Amino acid sequence: MTEPLLEASGVVKRYGSVTALRDASLSIRPGEIHALMGANGAGKSTFVKVLTGAVRPDAGTILLRGQRREAHSPAEARRSGMVSVYQEPAILPDLTVLENLVLTETPVDAFRTHLEGLGIRNLDLRAHARTLPLATLRIIDLARAMAIEPDVLLLDEMTAALPADLTAGVLEAVAAQRGTAGSVIFISHRMLEVAGLCDRATVLRDGSTVGVVDVAPGAEQEIVDLMLGPSADGEKRRAPDATSGPTATAASDATPRLSARNLAAGRNLADVSFDLHAGEVLGLVALEGQGQDELFDVLSGQTRPGSGEMLVDGSPVRFGHPSDAIHAGIVLVPADRSSALLMQRPVRENVALPRLAAFRRWGLIDMGEERERVGSAIDRLQIDTRAQAEVQRLSGGNQQKVTIARWLGSGVRTFLFYDPTRGIDIRTKAEIYDLVRELAAAGAAVLLLTSELEEIQRVCDRAIVIFGGRVVDEMAAGVADEPALLRAAHGLQSATAGDTSGTAS
Amino acid sequence: MTGSATAVEPRGGPLVVARVWLRDRPLVPLLLLLAGLVALLEVVQPGIVSVNWVASTMRFAIPLAILAACQTMTMLTGGIDLSVAVVASMSAYVMATTQSDIGWLAASLVALVPAGVVGLVNGIGVGLFRVHPLIMTISMSLVVSGAVNVYARSNITGGTRVPSEITDLGGQSLLGFLPNSLIVFIPLAALILVALRRSGYGRLLYAVGDNEVASRLAGVRVGRVLVVLYLISGLLAGFAGLIYAGVIGSATGRLVDPFLLPSVAAAVIGGTSIFGGRGGYAGSIVGALILTVLVTFLNVMQAPEAVRQILFGAIILAVAATYTRITEGS
Amino acid sequence: MNGLAGARSFVARWARGDTWTVGLIVIFVLLFIFTKALRSTYGLDALAIASLPVAFAAAGQAIVVISGGIDLSIGSVMALTNVIAASLLATYPELSVPVVILVMLIGALVGTVNGVLVVISRVPDIVVTLAMLFVWAGAALLVLGTPGGSSTPWLREITTGTLGIELVPRALVVLLVVVGLVWIPLRRSRLGLSIYAIGSNRLGAFRSGVHVEGTKIAAYALTGFFASLGGLALTASTGIGTPIPGPYLLLSVAAIVLGGVSLAGGRGGLLGPIVGIYILGIIRADLTFMGMEPAFSTVIQGVIMVIVVMVGAYLTLRRREA
Repeated sequence: MTEPLLEASGVVKRYGSVTALRDASLSIRPGEIHALMGANGAGKSTFVKVLTGAVRPDAGTILLRGQRREAHSPAEARRSGMVSVYQEPAILPDLTVLENLVLTETPVDAFRTHLEGLGIRNLDLRAHARTLPLATLRIIDLARAMAIEPDVLLLDEMTAALPADLTAGVLEAVAAQRGTAGSVIFISHRMLEVAGLCDRATVLRDGSTVGVVDVAPGAEQEIVDLMLGPSADGEKRRAPDATSGPTATAASDATPRLSARNLAAGRNLADVSFDLHAGEVLGLVALEGQGQDELFDVLSGQTRPGSGEMLVDGSPVRFGHPSDAIHAGIVLVPADRSSALLMQRPVRENVALPRLAAFRRWGLIDMGEERERVGSAIDRLQIDTRAQAEVQRLSGGNQQKVTIARWLGSGVRTFLFYDPTRGIDIRTKAEIYDLVRELAAAGAAVLLLTSELEEIQRVCDRAIVIFGGRVVDEMAAGVADEPALLRAAHGLQSATAGDTSGTAS
Repeated sequence: MTGSATAVEPRGGPLVVARVWLRDRPLVPLLLLLAGLVALLEVVQPGIVSVNWVASTMRFAIPLAILAACQTMTMLTGGIDLSVAVVASMSAYVMATTQSDIGWLAASLVALVPAGVVGLVNGIGVGLFRVHPLIMTISMSLVVSGAVNVYARSNITGGTRVPSEITDLGGQSLLGFLPNSLIVFIPLAALILVALRRSGYGRLLYAVGDNEVASRLAGVRVGRVLVVLYLISGLLAGFAGLIYAGVIGSATGRLVDPFLLPSVAAAVIGGTSIFGGRGGYAGSIVGALILTVLVTFLNVMQAPEAVRQILFGAIILAVAATYTRITEGS
Repeated sequence: MNGLAGARSFVARWARGDTWTVGLIVIFVLLFIFTKALRSTYGLDALAIASLPVAFAAAGQAIVVISGGIDLSIGSVMALTNVIAASLLATYPELSVPVVILVMLIGALVGTVNGVLVVISRVPDIVVTLAMLFVWAGAALLVLGTPGGSSTPWLREITTGTLGIELVPRALVVLLVVVGLVWIPLRRSRLGLSIYAIGSNRLGAFRSGVHVEGTKIAAYALTGFFASLGGLALTASTGIGTPIPGPYLLLSVAAIVLGGVSLAGGRGGLLGPIVGIYILGIIRADLTFMGMEPAFSTVIQGVIMVIVVMVGAYLTLRRREA
């Protein structure tokens, strides 16, 4: 066995009274692609920060090529040969691309080569980063990291919510690193990517490394078992509910709960129409920047449509503010919890917030009644409230549950979920899927945008695909497998195009 | 759910325990600081701390505490109101110049009208046009101080006099030790404290300051919350001006101007975060008392103006830094 | 490549990128033409010298605001450097050049102290500089209890009158040369990029290898340096030192808002705020010519600012929605 390129052992990190890492270790061989896996709250992100020098561990050693490494900042880690790329790109929006390169002392020619290899050509380096789409920025961040040819490249959820075409480019570029002098640490919630790309996987649970797995056929289950721990029985319990279609077809004769008619907004949303019925979960699939952001903004009352109209229960509505949409029973659950939660406030205030919005509730709060309402919502969603004094101390999955809990029992009849399981561990994901189905079963209408295509067959009754700001396809969940969705999302003619019964107008 | 939450376990070390305890009781160190200052004052000048002295300290602290309420509430939403001092001066001056014609009560009410108007304009700028609160309220203070000057020119004949009802309220004490202004301040402070903790509107102030985007998504009409907030702030500032005119017994167009930065300082010392979402009014009241005692202390020490200013600044910074360390706890 | 075409394309790029500043310059030119029509003897030199101290303050405030901070103590620092310069020049009139250099160094040092306190105390910038506002004002009173001291002739000479034609006042030349000498090389340097970087996104800057704390301190030091230039300009124009801070905090913040510098940090430049100061100055001059009382012209100035910031905020809001 060759000498490891990077070796971390016995890493401990505490934040005040919270122990984030108890005993984390990791060993990377030269030229390998190594996955770092763990459920939310397992300490993965803290371990990444330690590895990249962003935080100093309380104990433990990090050896790079056998030498003890003492990096106190990402810059020092970079100089010692380790570069990281995060889900949130470290590109400064107010500088031009070129200035961003200068700031990080990146060779421009190598950057251009890698950028083209990743599928972006003719980028104006003098463009301000804030004018570029998020997906492009993330690719720029990766190309920049690769341009300095690091010994260890750390990719933290690089492919999450990245459009499929760019994801393919990223995975290709990462695969090309195999066997070179440099190694890659790859972090992803997408098991398929890990299975297809990585050589080995290190699994963290509760702040400790619990196993290192050679990635081979069948290893996925082993990884999942390690991540979930001995008590869990994994995903298998919740088999995909492929027969959930009928509810929608039964309801399709009735007046739709929510209808979009030729909605257009901004530059990306051109012409979208669909019907959403009570009791159904309608999946929505789109590559990045196809108008889905604008669509959700319009439906949730955050922006006014440029043209087109919305109907609720058959009557036209106009929303000037999210509170208008809420009044009509339509609520948005965004992917980014930081745009939904009051991070410094307790769980209770977060759950109770929508009730207090109306002017007539500006007066004294009935604390007893509030406690009761909030308590029942927390119970129903099984929110772990041990750290409830501030929502920011909860894990990502529990935070997402809080954003959903606030709408339960408040007369909401239409839910707009925007990628609700992004960056959430498998167990909470499954709970959220169940909850979505429960909501629909109780008569709610659900529009579910997802970047994880397997969710469509698992949770939805029907799916629509948006491309170039238009609905290009509609299919029943039964036929909406990943290849079909991907083709449609790329604007290719679907094999099931004839199956668009009724709703797409 | 053991797998999905970060393990929480209390860790030893008396220092950490003490810090956690203090973080949940931010008033304790403030009260200790206040008591320490009073004790120091008594040491420096034995006999100064008396019933009379306490009453007079409270009389001076109350207008400051009311102005600090404006800063506390606006800071909770991530804003600030730098127009409070000029607005207070304006109200005091308007009251003092109109009272001979219309009587003290009507004059006081009339004096609150322009204060409310300024607050409303601030609120419209901040809440509806989304102007940065610092900029909006600084700009409005330019307008207000200019307007007071213009008014003073046009009013050159009418004298200024603070009516006895107002001086009784601001400057006199019941039974020789209970300041009359406490009679209005206690209900006012109680109202603010309860409103911030137990009312829907108070919660919304915290919500907006913590995360405006999230509040909007939850259906909160942030603009309306802010318009009402700055309107309240303007009215409170005007009210503080009236009380302070009573404490001093006279009114000029710039009477309360020097209180601007202390009002911010009182809220900051009291533990309200200037970034919003954290803090409360109880701390600001103690903050106002601390600043008032501090001024007395520096007077007693007969420190020259230069040294007083330097110490004042240094103490604000030291308290804020200590406070930051306690609350962050890392 | 043709040099003229190159320059033209540079200007075109700049104008596209900074339409706000271009608009301000147009407004200023229109106001100037209007003022000339009002009173043909009006020259830019009076405006330039009256605006010099606050223009330096605006430039300094812009730098720290771009870095994501704010310096409420800028007026006090100007007063402090103003009285140090005036009292030293009164004592050592023959050492005027070393004194001026020393005052600039003191300004940078005072700014460094502000920056270090912001970094180590972890208290928000606005609170730290609010506290330091008192400290530096007290220090100014320690240096000079009452207005006094003196200036040196050459300070006045380089800022008074015009260079040849009437449109080029010396004070403007001094301003542009000094700001240009410091800012243009800085803007392109790693430090300059770092200042924009930490204002734009602190975490992103840290991950890009920027020394966030060091950059922040450097930004405050630069602000202190420009504040000391403002203090020297006060010494030059008044001939004495005054230990009471003038309204320069208000004006500098007003100027950066007018000048298109985002209070959130990361965006804007120094030219916009300087033009903003000139616009505020010329409006005041116009109102005086039209026989308006000073008190009333303050009201007008304030109302103009309120309208400008409201319209500016409204346009930003619309742009974000569109």
